[in-house]
Amino acid sequence: MNYLDELESEAVYVLREVYAQFDNPVILFSGGKDSIVVTHLAKKAFYPSRIPFPLLHIDTGHNFPETIAFRNDLASGLGCKLLVGSVQESIDKGRVVEEQGKLATRNALQTTTLLDTLEELRIDCAIGGGRRDEEKARAKERFFSHRDDFGQWDPKNQRPELWNVFNGRHFEGEHFRVFPISNWTEMDVWNYIKRENIAIPSLYYAHEREVVWRNGSWIPNSEYLVLDGNERIERKKVRFRTLGDITITGGILSEADTLEKIVDEVSVMKETERGNRADDKRSETAMEDRKRQGYF
Amino acid sequence: MEISNNKLLRFTTAGSVDDGKSTLIGRLLYDSKSIFEDQIEQVEKTSKRKGHEGVDLALFTDGLRDEREQGITIDVAYRYFTTPNRKFIIADTPGHIQYTRNMVTGASTANAAIVLVDARHGMVEQTKRHIFIAHLLGIPHILICINKMDLVDYSEDRFYEVAAEIKQFITAIGIESGQFIPISALEGDNVVNKTKAMPWYTGDPLLSVLEHIEPDTVDHDLGLRFPVQTALRPQSGTFRDFRGYAGRVEGNEIHVGDEVMVLPGGQLSTISAIDKMGTSVSTAGIGESVVVCIADDIDVARGNMLVSKHNAPRVGNAVRALFCWMDEQPMRPNTKYIVRQCSDEALGIIKGIGYRLDINTLEKLEGAQTVAMNDIFEAEIRFNKPVFTDPYKRNRVTGSFVLIDPGTNRTVAAAMVQ
Ligand SMILES: Nc1nc2c(ncn2[C@@H]2O[C@H](COP(=O)(O)OP(=O)(O)O)[C@@H](O)[C@H]2O)c(=O)[nH]1
Repeated sequence: MNYLDELESEAVYVLREVYAQFDNPVILFSGGKDSIVVTHLAKKAFYPSRIPFPLLHIDTGHNFPETIAFRNDLASGLGCKLLVGSVQESIDKGRVVEEQGKLATRNALQTTTLLDTLEELRIDCAIGGGRRDEEKARAKERFFSHRDDFGQWDPKNQRPELWNVFNGRHFEGEHFRVFPISNWTEMDVWNYIKRENIAIPSLYYAHEREVVWRNGSWIPNSEYLVLDGNERIERKKVRFRTLGDITITGGILSEADTLEKIVDEVSVMKETERGNRADDKRSETAMEDRKRQGYF
Repeated sequence: MEISNNKLLRFTTAGSVDDGKSTLIGRLLYDSKSIFEDQIEQVEKTSKRKGHEGVDLALFTDGLRDEREQGITIDVAYRYFTTPNRKFIIADTPGHIQYTRNMVTGASTANAAIVLVDARHGMVEQTKRHIFIAHLLGIPHILICINKMDLVDYSEDRFYEVAAEIKQFITAIGIESGQFIPISALEGDNVVNKTKAMPWYTGDPLLSVLEHIEPDTVDHDLGLRFPVQTALRPQSGTFRDFRGYAGRVEGNEIHVGDEVMVLPGGQLSTISAIDKMGTSVSTAGIGESVVVCIADDIDVARGNMLVSKHNAPRVGNAVRALFCWMDEQPMRPNTKYIVRQCSDEALGIIKGIGYRLDINTLEKLEGAQTVAMNDIFEAEIRFNKPVFTDPYKRNRVTGSFVLIDPGTNRTVAAAMVQ
């Protein structure tokens, strides 16, 4: 086996353990490449059966329209049930308060919507596309990551994980986050997408769109964008390395309009993919702080 | 970039505090260009705030907030880097005795171990402990890096003096091969690039050694071992009558036509088809996740194992094993713990501790009555039903299991079958 086969085999093994150990698991589906890869792996893991998990999208309401179209097509193509938890609804119900100001995002609000949805649907395992190379707080995350009944992660009190034995035992009200592609890097994900020829939203390919230069990256124009006095909208050829809330997901200038070219471009990339996300720039421990509270 | 034949190597690192483990990993990542510019900028900022000159390479590997603030590595953290020849996964583990369990965890999946030694201090108790744990967990390649050579004037004599002392120790505990490399993590000597400072060292720098290690354990006599994770029965469309067993090949290569025995029942059948994630194949090798179909209508479920009849695992209600206790709550005598071994679950009671290991002197202390976190001990465990095991030395997957406390659901011990 080469390294991609080995990573694939490991992820498939993990997904099958989830199926065997939990009553009501879901795949957290953001429409981004990592959750698309996890979904693809789930398809392979259970073939010729159907994927035995619904897809759950935590919808900030601030989406790239392309992401939503892609999500709907994928779910219906696979015959998977699609569940949606809406941040807008959490705001309307008064569960969370919208951030104010130019740098306001709905990213942090997703945690509440996510936890509420998991509780409401009695989900005992949420499968995510998180990778340990993404961010240093993730480097210590387990494959099977325990959450207490407040949905909180306690990084100092994690279960030891040895060999290929995964312990998903939990009490009522607690749940697990499981990360089948923990050991993959961004480069591995792209190489795998290319090898398997996996369909991904067009946003990942270089395309022309209206953007504004903010915080070191090209933020797409959208109905939610509030311009500052000296900011102006330009047309640029960009692509996105991650897809999140449209208000904070920055694109990079790029000519890479095929998978081949994207893989080449990523292999010489000088910045982390999350470097273009405003939510991670807030402090050096921004991710860890959010993760402790129950973020993805 | 041609990547298709590159393999994956998992290795672990251990060293006492201040031996330079974080600096070494930082150096490997930095010199192999695996660190992005924004990460470098962040670390430069932090380095400056903490009053370091230049970039403190150790900061690249410091994970969580508390640890950063205390300046120590507590948990196992995983790092990744790739060279044109190979992908690497580092399990970065702390070295202090109170973190024995973390070392054990990191070592459980590794195929190589880097043990760091400070050239000025030579072999210390922790060095022995790290080497011993690597050996205990069955890591086939042990690389001893004698670090901070810049502080001993890159002295050949000092290097051989330290190496000889360690060599004596590793031979005594039964390790056949160990490799010694003189390095300076801080200066980058012999880490990624070969240094001019030690012309007397004719071997390769650490990274090329890591690139050329054989990552697979080649033992062709493991027998067929296929623990069933789950049965797949789509019951629809063209697959109405399909029944297959999902799992990973944990022993010898399997082939369509192989005779298999189903444990625990002992029924015999043959493999009629192997499906590799949607593609029909005629063989599958160790580590591959596949779906296996068998020719006869036998009820097979999670926890069962397909094995070769003439090279079967031991089936028994008790085994002797080496345990590492991992939980803050000490072991409770006569308690039924949940045993998880491959895909199977049983209940187990630890009976009669043979000895507890003094991890510093490696002495076997007999007559131990209690064990607590980080203790390594030998004992018999009795199961409430037959469990299928191999000696850990022969098969790390079928030879290992964990104990789970039914009261807390925590994983409390790791065990290696003797
Ligand atoms: N002179 C010298 N100092 C080193 C070397 N490697 C590490 N150090 C220093 O030793 C100290 C401890 O290193 P660190 O990597 O944090 O050790 P850790 O506790 O094992 O992770 C730091 O001040 C490093 O700069 C080396 O090869 N030569």
